[in-house]
Amino acid sequence: MGATKSLKKSENELADANRQLEILSNGIFKNGELPTFAKKIKETNQFPLRPRTLEILQINVGYMCNQVCDHCHVDAGPDRKEIMTWETMEQCLEVIRNTGAHTLDLTGGAPEMNPHFRRFVEEASKAGIKDFIVRSNLTIIRANKKYYDLPEFFKKHNVHVISSMPHWTKGKTDKQRGDGVFDKSIKALQELNAVGYGMPDSDLRLDLVYNPSGAFLPGDQASMEKDFKKALMEDFGIQFHNLFAITNLPIARFLDYLIASENYEDYMYQLVEAYNPMAVANVMCTNTISISWDGWLYDCDFNQMLGLKVNSKIKHISEYNEEVLNNRDIVISQHCYGCTAGAGSSCQGTVA
Amino acid sequence: MDKITINYTLAYHNQTYMADQYYDPKDLRKFGKITEWSEELGTKFFDYYGKVFEEGALTAREKSLIALAVAHTEQCPYCIDAYSKDGLQKGITKEEMMEAVHVGAAIKSGATLVHGVMMMNKVTKLDG
Repeated sequence: MGATKSLKKSENELADANRQLEILSNGIFKNGELPTFAKKIKETNQFPLRPRTLEILQINVGYMCNQVCDHCHVDAGPDRKEIMTWETMEQCLEVIRNTGAHTLDLTGGAPEMNPHFRRFVEEASKAGIKDFIVRSNLTIIRANKKYYDLPEFFKKHNVHVISSMPHWTKGKTDKQRGDGVFDKSIKALQELNAVGYGMPDSDLRLDLVYNPSGAFLPGDQASMEKDFKKALMEDFGIQFHNLFAITNLPIARFLDYLIASENYEDYMYQLVEAYNPMAVANVMCTNTISISWDGWLYDCDFNQMLGLKVNSKIKHISEYNEEVLNNRDIVISQHCYGCTAGAGSSCQGTVA
Repeated sequence: MDKITINYTLAYHNQTYMADQYYDPKDLRKFGKITEWSEELGTKFFDYYGKVFEEGALTAREKSLIALAVAHTEQCPYCIDAYSKDGLQKGITKEEMMEAVHVGAAIKSGATLVHGVMMMNKVTKLDG
């Protein structure tokens, strides 16, 4: 286990988004060794990147988390105090009731740690959104008695649970997410299974997210899913629906790790060499709006963490207008290569 | 990159020529450039290579472990670099990787040792 504090709490220079953007624009991208993302997508006439129809509203309800995972792009942790207020949630609810998007995706930190989380889920679930996702880190379910009933709560509101699981072995999982995370996650998955989540014919969707534990790209999503299903069933009797393989983007704690381990250049080469123009067409910023804990609007959760607000005159949930927002150019930098490598990567897994 | 390599790099207009070492990890990135000096053969090789590693009667995972073992018996640094990473990408554990390396090592040492029979044959023929 590596991290115990967020970059912000440890006063690491990479807690500053501008410093991250500077690193991503300098060195191998400045001297022309590798093409910038803008240059790369120009080659296939995909610049400027523009939104398609909005399908997903992703709301980050706060950066507080009970875990401090090595590669967290949010730099989340127990020491992060940024939490969405009820007032901002009410503004989000207003948007949710009127949006054309079919998917609502709550993320964090650990979204369940927001004190208004349950009230928000209860209200949002009345809005008739087709797919209501909560990204749960699993261990939160076992973190404290007050969270023990979360599987039942999720079931009651027909929430689609998506959870991170870096590997089916304890060693690799705990290395990335902290000591004891694997055992707690297994217990939480069994509890979700017990109320009906993840069962083959169940409508209670339980998907897992895999992201690599180091400076390498994820393997084939379908093969990984097969391996995960076999191992989790044989070892623990656990079932789930789909596995989403997600590429680690070179920002925040993962960028810090890449630089400290002298893997940064090699990793950027891997991303650029695996660039797939087919993935660009379906990359998630083209069908998603990301909303931060304080109501600002972004093209994706990664841009949110880099402080890159949407390039639109509408920048805040308080002035939300889907039509105006959809008429914008998407803000890009070199981290975007993470979503276009190989089969592509998004919060819903591969895209190409 | 060490000082000498940097000097060579600058001297040859940002083209890295062979400096004071035979192996450079960065050369692995240039493997694809083999095609530039013989397009037909290079292309045929990479097509064949790609096809070999596709999922078939053996899984891509099994093939990756075989490649890792052979990379070691061939003592090819580029291949070890590539298939260590490939194994991680496929979710292969370090225990599985090390077992594969031992399979290669066992065959390699067995291949040496089995020649002892040849020695025994010769000695017996010459010296009863």
